Amino acid sequence: MKNKHNIGDKVLFSGNEAIALGAFEAGVKVASAYPGTPSTEILENLCTYEGVYAEWAPNEKVALEVALGASFAGARALATMKHVGLNVAADPLFTAAYTGVKGGLVVVTADDPEMHSSQNEQDNRNYAYAAKVPMLEPSDASEAKEFLKTAYRISEEFDTPVLLRTTTRVAHVKGVVTIGAAESSSAMLGIEKMPEKFVMLPGHARKRRVELEKRLARLREFAETFPENRIEWGDRQKGFITSGVSYLYVKEAVPGASVLKLGMAYPFPDRMIREFASKVQELFIVEELDPFIETHVRALGIMCKGKELVPAMGELNSQIVRNAITAAAATDLFTPVAIPMRPPNLCAGCPHRGIFHAISKLKVFVAGDIGCYTLAALKPLSSMDSCVCMGASIGTAFGMEKALGNDALGKIVAVIGDSTFMHSGITGLIDVVYNRGFSTVIILDNRTTGMTGHQPNPSTGMTLSGETSTAIDIEALCRAIGVKHVVSLDPHQHENAVNVLRQEIERPEPSVIITKAPCALLPEIKKKKDKKLYTVRAKNCTGCRSCLKIGCPAIEWVPLTPEEAKQLGYKETQKGHSYINPVMCIGCGQCAPLCKFKAIAVVGEDNG
Amino acid sequence: MGKTTNLFLCGVGGQGILLASEVISSACMKAGFDIKQSEVHGMAQRGGSVVAHLRYGEKVFSPLIEPGDADIVVSFELLEALRYLPYMNRKTRVIVNTQKILPSPVATGVDTYPADVLDQLTQRGITVFPIDAFEIAKSAGETRAVNMVLVGALSALLPLDEKIFLEVISERIPEKIRKKNSEAFLKGKEAIANLKR
Repeated sequence: MKNKHNIGDKVLFSGNEAIALGAFEAGVKVASAYPGTPSTEILENLCTYEGVYAEWAPNEKVALEVALGASFAGARALATMKHVGLNVAADPLFTAAYTGVKGGLVVVTADDPEMHSSQNEQDNRNYAYAAKVPMLEPSDASEAKEFLKTAYRISEEFDTPVLLRTTTRVAHVKGVVTIGAAESSSAMLGIEKMPEKFVMLPGHARKRRVELEKRLARLREFAETFPENRIEWGDRQKGFITSGVSYLYVKEAVPGASVLKLGMAYPFPDRMIREFASKVQELFIVEELDPFIETHVRALGIMCKGKELVPAMGELNSQIVRNAITAAAATDLFTPVAIPMRPPNLCAGCPHRGIFHAISKLKVFVAGDIGCYTLAALKPLSSMDSCVCMGASIGTAFGMEKALGNDALGKIVAVIGDSTFMHSGITGLIDVVYNRGFSTVIILDNRTTGMTGHQPNPSTGMTLSGETSTAIDIEALCRAIGVKHVVSLDPHQHENAVNVLRQEIERPEPSVIITKAPCALLPEIKKKKDKKLYTVRAKNCTGCRSCLKIGCPAIEWVPLTPEEAKQLGYKETQKGHSYINPVMCIGCGQCAPLCKFKAIAVVGEDNG
Repeated sequence: MGKTTNLFLCGVGGQGILLASEVISSACMKAGFDIKQSEVHGMAQRGGSVVAHLRYGEKVFSPLIEPGDADIVVSFELLEALRYLPYMNRKTRVIVNTQKILPSPVATGVDTYPADVLDQLTQRGITVFPIDAFEIAKSAGETRAVNMVLVGALSALLPLDEKIFLEVISERIPEKIRKKNSEAFLKGKEAIANLKR
């Protein structure tokens, strides 16, 4: 579909779309990933190109292993993930640095400074240093495409995996990208046995360890003449060393300054850095998050200014850079006015709302996980008590249980989404069964990966490219692991959900509750024809606000003055009434049983 | 070098801001400008406040508009215009869709929706173009085309040919709803032209 463009055409692409195009132009044959903001769109786009196999793996570790295998077979291969995904994939990465590659291998890590959609703000440039692999860092979409192609050449020339790091403001920024020519790898496809290279027994690994150091030395030399490490001479009063999107902020904030732009974030071109530093009066390092460049520059014995001026937390922008570097007078800005917050919320009709409302009745500790449902931690549901990383719900619940012993029975539940369970929840559940726990695990099966924009996963029976596949049966899987009590229920049925929960949390054995209802944003729900929408029978509403406790965006509170209340036939003391917005209601019915006064009814049946 | 123009779009997740900003950026690119368009995906989209930064000119570096530096703000929802006040200055022109989408603290009766959003802007010397984009979209026969009404409204303040926008809309919008979206665009443009008169 994307192949419709001709060489030389200019297109408006995000960094992620550009990386997909770059992968196609680089002749990538195999690409594997787990969705994660801000990296998801790379594979969603790449799967539309002809001749590329692209898949969603259950997690990032598997994704990188699949890409590494493809490389062993001589194909150019790609693994993409968000920053925290590389923690999961770090195990294969560190040893892939030893084996090296056959076909070019690139790992894209998409970092999220400011944590727009993440649980932490780690700076993955540190992985390049720790794993001893080169890292390229583009500043915009156009560079992202070109750098990815360059990364494959480096990978094959130096026999190493290459990291390509983006950040949210590269991955999700659209810019002008030019369609280029396709190239191909010089590696040959086929099976080749090279145990000393591919089998990392200690004896082999020790030899590869030496090779790794030699390779790094060659890469350091390469960095000195690599055209994407470049000096832009300007005013020599102030000189800036920078990389990635920070380069753009420097260019915007201090036009005409001298800049050393590092297209390769690791290893560093030491001679180039020394030369640049020696020719500017004052040296500044501008980088988002950690003092990665700064620490190296200081280790070279070069005086510079960095994190004492530029924040080490959050995103930068040109104003932050300008204010940090220059003594610019503060501009006369409007101050913010106090207005109601608009926090993200579970959608109208979201099945997660039903189960979290039921859980909130139990007064238990809810060990949560990563997904849309993490929003249940916010008011008014306020029913999640911990959230750490993908799959952590089960392990943390079990750990609490082991610490508290029998006192924990009936007091803790783990809650995890279907895709997250496939990612890394299964092993946690195995621990519970194996080590004689009694944890209650609630798996929220909404038949998709919701938060990242509805990707299929191993339990949905659909692949990235839309082919039907075997749907992993979560219920059967849990039983096969050894969980004897596995119950499925409809989370929209409040009473039943509460009863089942009460019964299962008291069980002194492991149990799994699977809530089955599709995400309200899936086409099968959105396009459903005979939806029974709900409405508020105005005369029955007493203004008790019970229905507002589930925080459904379709239910609104209409405040009334005493006169208005009187006019509408209410008691003068009634402060308002509820209203269901017919445009937003999707007819899930969760709200109806909450009303003791039978004021919530199906539209058309509201005259009784 | 020519000045970079800063367009700031804000509203509520689900209002079609991302598509609107794509149409505007594509039009700028077709007109021969360099462009950077920045937005955030993921958690923010679940009914939260959403923004897009669009910068076009001869050569654009930073993808982000600095606080106080927006030339034009298009607010897809009334209250959101006030939330991003720090991005405006006294010369900023602000197109406001007067449609209200209640934020959850208001919907649940914990907080109240401010009654004087437009006044608060004009009191600060900001030029405001209020339009009811939902009603206009309805009159074009497609209530989901609120975003194209606002693209049309914005186009009335940009030095870009109407044809370019209509061309982009015909490329980006599926055929079934293309005509109504083009109409929504034109009606939005007309609404601003009437206000300017």
